[in-house]
Amino acid sequence: MNLKIKKLIGLSVIILLVACNSGDNKNSGTGDNSTVLGAGSTFIYPLFSKLFSVYKDSTGLKVNYQSIGSGGGILQLTNKTVDFGASDAQLNEEQTQKMGVDVLHIPMCSGAVVLSYNLPSVTDTLKFTPDLVAAIFLGKIKKWNDLQITALNAGVKLPDLPVIIAHRSDGSGTTNIFTTYLSKVNAEWQTKVGKGSSVNWPAGLGGKGNEGVAGLVKQTPGAIGYIELAYVMQNKMAFGKLKNKSGNFITPSVASTSAAGNIQLPADAKVSLTNTDAPDGYPISGFTWALIYKEQKYNNRSQDKATNLVKLFWWNIHEGQKYCEGLNYAPLSSSALTVAENILRSATYYGKPILQ
Amino acid sequence: MAFAMGKCINKGVKKITYSYRKVRFENIFRRSLMLTALAVLIIVIGIFFTLVVQSMPSIKTLGIKYIWSKTWDPVSDMYGAFPFLLGTLLTSFLALIISIPFSFAIAVYLGEYNTTGWLGGLLKNMVELIAAVPSVIYGFWALVTLVPIVRNFETKIGVAPYGVGIFTSSIVLAIMIVPYAASLGRELIRLVPSSLKEGAYSLGATRYEVVKNVILPHTKSGLMAGILLSLGRALGETMAVTMVIGNTSIIPTSIFSPGNTMASVIANEFTEADRTVYLSALIELALVLFLVTVVINMIGKRIIKRFTYD
Repeated sequence: MNLKIKKLIGLSVIILLVACNSGDNKNSGTGDNSTVLGAGSTFIYPLFSKLFSVYKDSTGLKVNYQSIGSGGGILQLTNKTVDFGASDAQLNEEQTQKMGVDVLHIPMCSGAVVLSYNLPSVTDTLKFTPDLVAAIFLGKIKKWNDLQITALNAGVKLPDLPVIIAHRSDGSGTTNIFTTYLSKVNAEWQTKVGKGSSVNWPAGLGGKGNEGVAGLVKQTPGAIGYIELAYVMQNKMAFGKLKNKSGNFITPSVASTSAAGNIQLPADAKVSLTNTDAPDGYPISGFTWALIYKEQKYNNRSQDKATNLVKLFWWNIHEGQKYCEGLNYAPLSSSALTVAENILRSATYYGKPILQ
Repeated sequence: MAFAMGKCINKGVKKITYSYRKVRFENIFRRSLMLTALAVLIIVIGIFFTLVVQSMPSIKTLGIKYIWSKTWDPVSDMYGAFPFLLGTLLTSFLALIISIPFSFAIAVYLGEYNTTGWLGGLLKNMVELIAAVPSVIYGFWALVTLVPIVRNFETKIGVAPYGVGIFTSSIVLAIMIVPYAASLGRELIRLVPSSLKEGAYSLGATRYEVVKNVILPHTKSGLMAGILLSLGRALGETMAVTMVIGNTSIIPTSIFSPGNTMASVIANEFTEADRTVYLSALIELALVLFLVTVVINMIGKRIIKRFTYD
């Protein structure tokens, strides 16, 4: 009996050790060449799951993508527990510093953030200017029949409803794009609030996720909120036109979002598309990037694996783009595509370019 | 088993080994019980230390003023827990005040008036079911049904008609915490010795007088414990609250204002906290919530003790 118990204890200790040990080796978990691990942006998840399932059917490469949020994806890439991350925001200084090595930002598609409102008596599409949007979200405009709104929307009978602002309560790339835009176009916003995936909102209510903000807007007469284009389209919500840098009022759509990216881009694609120079571009838009290490030889990764990864993204920015529009994502513009191709060509394995 | 025992009695040597085994088993059994109980202690202490260690960057940068500073601004890396501390305490205590009359009434009705029979049984099961429903369902129900009702009410009394806010979250929380005090109260009221009650009746007391003068005084420490359980639940509730509280870090000016709680901020912002101090400030928020719960529990224990010994 005594011996038996000792044996049992010994066995369980061995099992425990083995279990712990396999936990330490998690990096080699991505060593399997036919599986690629990714994590990050929730925004791009519907597109990625479509792309990866099509890609798996044609090539057999399995991609396991977890939509844990851009910040989480960056963290996992930093810890090298995934092969790629996906983010709606470029790495900030602290994140870049923690990575230590070059990380490529490959644009995958772009998305837009639209202003959605609930005014039961209004059927026309409202027009907004950048300063008006900033004034609303700073809490300075209290009523919908305020002179600043009526002056811009001559002919529309605006109700005497209080303006109720809805914003995201969770940290998100949508908030980042929206606040980056406001910081660019409005000096007061930049000094008082600033930009980020979570900010200190001067006014309004917070809802969790696009669905949370959409819920607040749909339920509350007089509410206005910012929501992703794809979500608004799928749920057929009312949204406003916005004046862009060239002075045109642009209706948010997949086409005007793609157009926003059709400008001279920097070679690393690390750029915010907000307040775009494109005359037909919708001004609140941005890329979602796939993030990979520039030098793919780390943690004993095989060359096959690195090649698979780069080829996957090459396919995404070419053949994969045709799946964007059906899911209300904006495909890359021709100038964005050229930049993305060059970025992928710069990925190396042991110093040698992966794509020949 | 009986067969084996009979064998042991027949053979003296085996009997000794058998009782030796029994003693060993007793020891092992006792030790495993102790280890299991100790594991709880280790886990709680472990959580506390993890929270302290992970909050260090934030404690070092922001210092003690973190507790009472009023701005939560991730952009300029300034963090203050005060609005959320206030929001947590406001929603929890308001919920408690709303829920107490209901939970006591349910406890007295099911413990004294309707102890058996199908209606009593059905009500008892329903009360327990309230505790078993996942909180996201309460949140969803509140968002769809309760928020428009509260908004109409707010329009009538002339405050900003948000619909969401501290008042709405308190109502949802109140519903969620009713079963904790009610179930415990019901059990305790049923345990009141019938000799005491019969004594009161024989002195000419009415049923209401028995409840007021015999049952409630006899069970008050237990009822307090039930309230404490409810409060603990209310302090930590995340999902249902975050769906209807309005999630703003502006300090609430009335119970109809939107606000935010510590648990809700953590759940909302943790995934995208992209800087060390930011992440650490969120973990410090968890530490504060942990300490608040501990302190409230300790105060509650004192109160229960006082009720028991006077």
